[in-house]
Amino acid sequence: MSLAKGELAGPGKAGAKAKAAAKSSLWSDSLRRLLKNKLAVFGFAVVVFMFAVCFLGPMFSPYADNKINMALMNKAPSAKHWLGNDALGRDVLTRVLQAGRISLTVGLASMVLSVLLGGLLGIIAGYYRGVADQIIMRVADLLLTIPSLPLLFIAGALLSEWKVPPDYRMYIVMIMLAIVGWPGLARMVRGQILSLREREFMQATTVLGLRSRRKLFNHLFPNLVPLLIVIATLNIGGAILSESVLSFFGLGVTPPTPTWGNMIDAANNMIDFEKRPWLWIPPGLSIFVTVVAINIFGDGLRDVLDPKKGR
Amino acid sequence: MSEALLEVRHLKKYFPIKAGVLNRTVGHVKAVDDISLTIRPGETFGLVGESGSGKSTVGKTIVRLTEKTEGEVRFKGKDLYHLPSEELRKLRPELQLIFQDPYSSLNPRVRIGDAIGEALLDHGLVPKEEIRERVQEVLASCGLSAYHIDRLPHEFSGGQRQRIGIARALALNPDLIIADEPVSALDVSIQAQIINLFRNLQETRNLSYLFISHDLSVVEHLCNRIGVMYLGSMMETGTRDELFLTPLHPYTKALLSAVPVPIPKLKRERIVLRGDIPNPANPPSGCKFHTRCPLAVERCRLEVPEFRHMGGEHYVACHLA
Repeated sequence: MSLAKGELAGPGKAGAKAKAAAKSSLWSDSLRRLLKNKLAVFGFAVVVFMFAVCFLGPMFSPYADNKINMALMNKAPSAKHWLGNDALGRDVLTRVLQAGRISLTVGLASMVLSVLLGGLLGIIAGYYRGVADQIIMRVADLLLTIPSLPLLFIAGALLSEWKVPPDYRMYIVMIMLAIVGWPGLARMVRGQILSLREREFMQATTVLGLRSRRKLFNHLFPNLVPLLIVIATLNIGGAILSESVLSFFGLGVTPPTPTWGNMIDAANNMIDFEKRPWLWIPPGLSIFVTVVAINIFGDGLRDVLDPKKGR
Repeated sequence: MSEALLEVRHLKKYFPIKAGVLNRTVGHVKAVDDISLTIRPGETFGLVGESGSGKSTVGKTIVRLTEKTEGEVRFKGKDLYHLPSEELRKLRPELQLIFQDPYSSLNPRVRIGDAIGEALLDHGLVPKEEIRERVQEVLASCGLSAYHIDRLPHEFSGGQRQRIGIARALALNPDLIIADEPVSALDVSIQAQIINLFRNLQETRNLSYLFISHDLSVVEHLCNRIGVMYLGSMMETGTRDELFLTPLHPYTKALLSAVPVPIPKLKRERIVLRGDIPNPANPPSGCKFHTRCPLAVERCRLEVPEFRHMGGEHYVACHLA
């Protein structure tokens, strides 16, 4: 670690170089190394592109995503409708972009929720130990023993049973994914805190008699953030996939609200699958590209930030 | 004889050994087994012993980084184990610990200036506007430069980091510093610098040290009084001269015979101890040293030797002395 950094700021060099080195922080240093990783930068660019296209694209589309036009039923791609039309004559391109908004939002929001929930509970468990630790970690263990997909299926089926309006389902799916996602996260955060606590610099904060607020915010958290960033990034990809799977089975976000998952549902139909690839290839490809790009970027981040990997 | 700054009485630290499905305690590692020592103002007490003798645990138990099992630790007359936590925190600046490993004792994400200054801030020792100045002063007194203040730990060498660790402790103006092998991770030329730094600071600030080390030549150079530990127990204590000129315990003699001397022609009798330090979970009966003692007799195996006064400040735990 110190070797790689030494190149950037040799302790022996004085004068102007020393001043420049003084400004270098671990964060800007990490950013520099991330930018050197071409693949990670490419992944990030693709993710940004997907977000931009999905959120801005529909504004430029002449079609509404839910406008039904029976005359255009199952039309193949044309100059006017670039990706063709679906069974109800809706413009596929507009729907794919609109679906991207939903899928990306669900992925992002459920990540934020599970990081907040898992991070907070992990910190409480790891820092305060004792009874709180026992309760939190046993609940987490319990949730981890239940395979998440069947659990989500049951919850999704219940939503359908209770006839939850499609508009609300999106938010409930976010919460469901967060509930499934937090235990693993809490466990990792707790583990990281337990190992940090034993490090001598944390013991030093006790010997120095620092206030616990400073111990926590100046010493513990800054060493936790890199791990959280990496987990959070990789989690978005996972959440998008889970949402797609649920929606594909009609248990997540349901039509008419489009998501990439429920659009691929078209591939369930033999005729659509064989004869009308424009119905399911665009959403399928979108999921594939987005998730791969997020994972590539997340791996790059991990190489740069995760202290456990060694530098 | 002035009043004691630090008084440790019958300190014991047993680490439980847990085993089995029920995680039951099946035994104890007696890392520190009935240690008593006194440090007076302005004095340096050296604690020596081989690896695994419990020296570091003594240091950490005194500052409550690990909790004692039994005994008493009094600092300036206050029992550290009976202070409310907030009062203990406020007392902390007066009693500092310097860590052995200069690499893990500094937070990689905290700038040197903050690492040293934040404790000053939390204890309200220096007004906020003057902290930077004060930190620069302390850095200078430890042989570092003022412009180092905005750097991160990874930008320093091991010797510099150790000095940062020392500066961090000194900034608080402590009365006692427990130095846990502060030089053993450094190469010899830097060791000398640091040791001289310790000496200078003692002269200018009337500091006291508990200097934990396994390097007898360093201890001889620095300490007024010395205690020799073996397997968690004190074998012999005395002033530096008493211990180095007239060692009474066979273990002390063996340790001293292993110190290299700068005169190659001088032939000395080297006392070589057989075997390793025994398992502290299952220490030998009687005198703990009898399994490796070249002079051991039947009595050593059966009876725990008393810590006897041998004149002056010299105490020894040996039947034969």
